[in-house]
Amino acid sequence: MNDNSGYAKLAKKNKAGLWELSIHVNGVRCAGCIQKIESTLHKKDKVQEARLNFSTGRLYVTWDGKADLAGDIANDVEALGYQIAPDTPAGRDEDKESRFLLLCLGVAGFAMGNIMLLSFGLWITNIETMGFATREFLHWVSAIIGIPAVIFAGRPFFRSAFGALRKGQTNMDVPISLALILATSMSLLETIKGSEHVYFDSAVMLMFFLLVGRYLDYKARRSAKSVATELLQTLTGFAVVIKGDKKEKTLIRDLKEDMEVLVSAGEKIPVDGLIIEGQSSIDTSLITGETMPRDTAKGDEVYAGTINLNAPLRIKVLKAKEDSLLSDIVRLIEKAEQGQAKYVRIADKAAKLYTPLVHSLALLTFLLWWGLLGLAWQEALMISITVLIITCPCALGLAVPVVQMLASGRLMKNHILVKSGDALERMAKIDTVIFDKTGTLTYGQPKLTSTHDEKTLQLAASLSSHSKHPLSQAITMAYGDGALLEMGDVEEHAGQGLSASYKGKQVKLGRADFCGVDVADINSTDQVLFMTYGGNKQEVFHLADTLRPDAVGTVQALKDMNMRIVMLSGDRQQTAQKIAEQLGINEVRAELSPVDKFNITEKMQEEGAHCLMVGDGLNDAPVLAAASVSMAPGSAVDMAQNATDMVYMGNETKPIIEAYKVARKTQNLVIENFVLAALYNLVAIPLAVMGYVTPMIAAIAMSGSSLLVIGNSLRVKGKL
Amino acid sequence: MSILLYLIPIALLLGLIGLGAFIWAIKSGQYDDLDGAARRILIDDDDDEEQQ
Repeated sequence: MNDNSGYAKLAKKNKAGLWELSIHVNGVRCAGCIQKIESTLHKKDKVQEARLNFSTGRLYVTWDGKADLAGDIANDVEALGYQIAPDTPAGRDEDKESRFLLLCLGVAGFAMGNIMLLSFGLWITNIETMGFATREFLHWVSAIIGIPAVIFAGRPFFRSAFGALRKGQTNMDVPISLALILATSMSLLETIKGSEHVYFDSAVMLMFFLLVGRYLDYKARRSAKSVATELLQTLTGFAVVIKGDKKEKTLIRDLKEDMEVLVSAGEKIPVDGLIIEGQSSIDTSLITGETMPRDTAKGDEVYAGTINLNAPLRIKVLKAKEDSLLSDIVRLIEKAEQGQAKYVRIADKAAKLYTPLVHSLALLTFLLWWGLLGLAWQEALMISITVLIITCPCALGLAVPVVQMLASGRLMKNHILVKSGDALERMAKIDTVIFDKTGTLTYGQPKLTSTHDEKTLQLAASLSSHSKHPLSQAITMAYGDGALLEMGDVEEHAGQGLSASYKGKQVKLGRADFCGVDVADINSTDQVLFMTYGGNKQEVFHLADTLRPDAVGTVQALKDMNMRIVMLSGDRQQTAQKIAEQLGINEVRAELSPVDKFNITEKMQEEGAHCLMVGDGLNDAPVLAAASVSMAPGSAVDMAQNATDMVYMGNETKPIIEAYKVARKTQNLVIENFVLAALYNLVAIPLAVMGYVTPMIAAIAMSGSSLLVIGNSLRVKGKL
Repeated sequence: MSILLYLIPIALLLGLIGLGAFIWAIKSGQYDDLDGAARRILIDDDDDEEQQ
C-alpha cells in the first residue's frame, strides 16, 4: 500500500467549516462498488458526506475535525481494492462545462417555448384581426424573453467564435454567433420601429437546436486520461541496494548503472538489469504480454516493471529508470497520444467548407438588394440575416452528434463501451486489423488439453491446488470441484515444480528434469508438465493457451470484408505461428518487444494503412494509443483500457465485427445527414436570397430539417 | 385582447417556475451522474439492513 498522507494537503475547508476532498477512484464498475466505498466511509464517525460519481469516477468526501483524516480515507478506499489518484483541475473544469451547457440548453428551451407560443399568434392571424397594439405587445414580450436568453445561452458559441477569431481562424461558431447577434439586434430595431417581421423566434430556435447538438457532442467526448504518467507511477518508491556487506534503501530514481540491487520475491524489478545471483520465475506480462511466468537464472536479462515471483534475485543495474524499456514505452505512448490529437473530425471538415460559403452568400445578398436593387440598407440587411439564419447549420450541427450518440448507445447495449464519438469515425475507415495474441485471440490462461483418467487427475489436482502458478491452476481447474486427496510435506520448488508425499510415496509434479523424466520423445509447442508417483508411474500433461471460441469466425469475417489481418505477438515464434495457422492469419510477427510492435504499426500507418489495434496487455499500450483506432477486451489491464477508444466485454471476439459494422453504418448516416442538410439548403437559400423567408417559414424550415436529420439518425438502431 | 395582458405574464411566470426548478436541479448536481443514478436504485438502503 502506498503512503497516502499527502492527501491531507489536498483537503480544503468549505463554507460550512468542514474539510472536503475529491479523489479519483479507478475501477468502479457497478452499483456494488458505489455502495462499498460510500458505506465504508460513512461508517467513519467524522465523515459527513461521501458521494461517488459513477460517470466520472470522482469521490467527494467531507468531514469534521482534522485534515489528516484525508490519508485515512484514501487508505480505506485503496484497501477496498481500488486505485486512487488525486483529482485533477481538468476533471473539475469538465464537470463545470457540462453543467454550463445544460444550463444554457434549459434557458434556450424555455425562451424558445415561450416565444413560439407568442409567435404562433403572429403567424396565424394578420394585422387587421389582431390590431397594431397587440402585435407590438407580442413583439415586445418576445424581445424581453429573447434578448436575455441569447445573451445568456449564446455564450458557448460566442466564446468559441471569439477564440477562433482572435487566432485569425474561423470555425462553425463564427456564422452561428453572427447570425444570433445580427438577428437579435436587428429584430430589436424592427420592434422599436413597429415593423411586421421580427426574428426572435428564429434566433432562439436556432440556438436551442445547436445547443442540443453541442451538449450531445460534449457528452460523447469523454476525457482521454493520459496513460503515460500513470504507467511511470508504477515505478516509484525504494529499492534495496547492496554495497559490500551492507544493504541500503535507495530511491528508485537514484539508481545508477552497475549498482547491485536485491529484489525479494513478490517485488517489482525496478531497473533493466542482469541477474548475478539467484533463480526465480518472473512475471513478464508488462513487456511480453504473456501471462506465463518466465523461468530465469543467473546471466539472464530482466526488465523494469516485471515482477519477481518466487525467490530473491541479485541484479546488476544495466540501465537506470529513465533509460529502461519501461521508460521507452512511456515515451512512445506520449508520442502516440500527441499524434491522435491531430485527427480532424468530419464535422470540423464540413465547417471549414461551410463557413466561408455562408458568409459570402449573406454578403452577396446584402450587396444585391442594397447596391443593385436599391433597397434601404436596413431591409437589405434583414434579408441577408434571414439568409444567415436559414443556412445556419441546425441540421448540420445535429448531423454528427446525434448519430454518434445513438450508435454509442446501441454499442453500449451490446457491451461495447465507446469512449469518444470520433472513434466511430476512425473505425469506419480501417483497412487493417492488428491483433495481439495472448488474452485477445486466446484466453491468456493455459488450459489442460490432454485427457487423463479420473484417478490420475485427482492426484495431480490434489498437488497442484497448493500452487498459484498458472500451469498448476490449469490442472486444478480441469479437475473441478471434486474431492482432493490429503497430501503431506507439500513443497513448491521455484521454477521447478511441486513435491509432496501421499501414502508414504513421493509425488512430483513439474518440469521434466525435476521429475527425472526423459523428454526425448516429446515434441510439442505446448507447455508440458510431468507427474511421477513413487518414482516410476509417470504421466504427461499437455497445456496450452486456447483460442477464444469465436476467434476463427471473427478473423474469417474480417477477411471477408477485405481486411488485412496482422498478428503481432510478444510470444515465441513457434507458439504464435501455431495459433496463427489455426486462425488462418498469414502475417505473423513474434518475439516482439513493445517498441517493435509500435514501430511496425507506425510504419504500416505511414504507408497509408488505417489500423485497428486489438490488444489487452501493457505491452500493447503504445500501439493501442498509436493505431488510428483501438479496442481492448474488458479483461485487459486498466492501462490498456485507458489507452483504447473502445472496450468490449465478454469472452468472445465478435464485438469487434459488431463495432465495425455499427461504425460503418454511423458514417453512412452522417454522410446522409450532410446530404439532407445540403438538399434543404438548396431549397431554402434561393427563397431566403429572394427575400421570401418570413419568421414562420424560417421556423418551419429549421425545425423541419432538424427533425429530418434526427429521424434519419434513428435508423442507426435498425438492422446493419 | 386585453385578456392577453394577464394571460401572457401568467404563462411566463409558470414557465419561469419550471426554469427555476431546472436550474436548481443542475446546480444541486442532479444531472452530474446520470449513469450512477441509474445504478443506485440497485443499492439497498443501509437503514433497511439495520431493521432486518
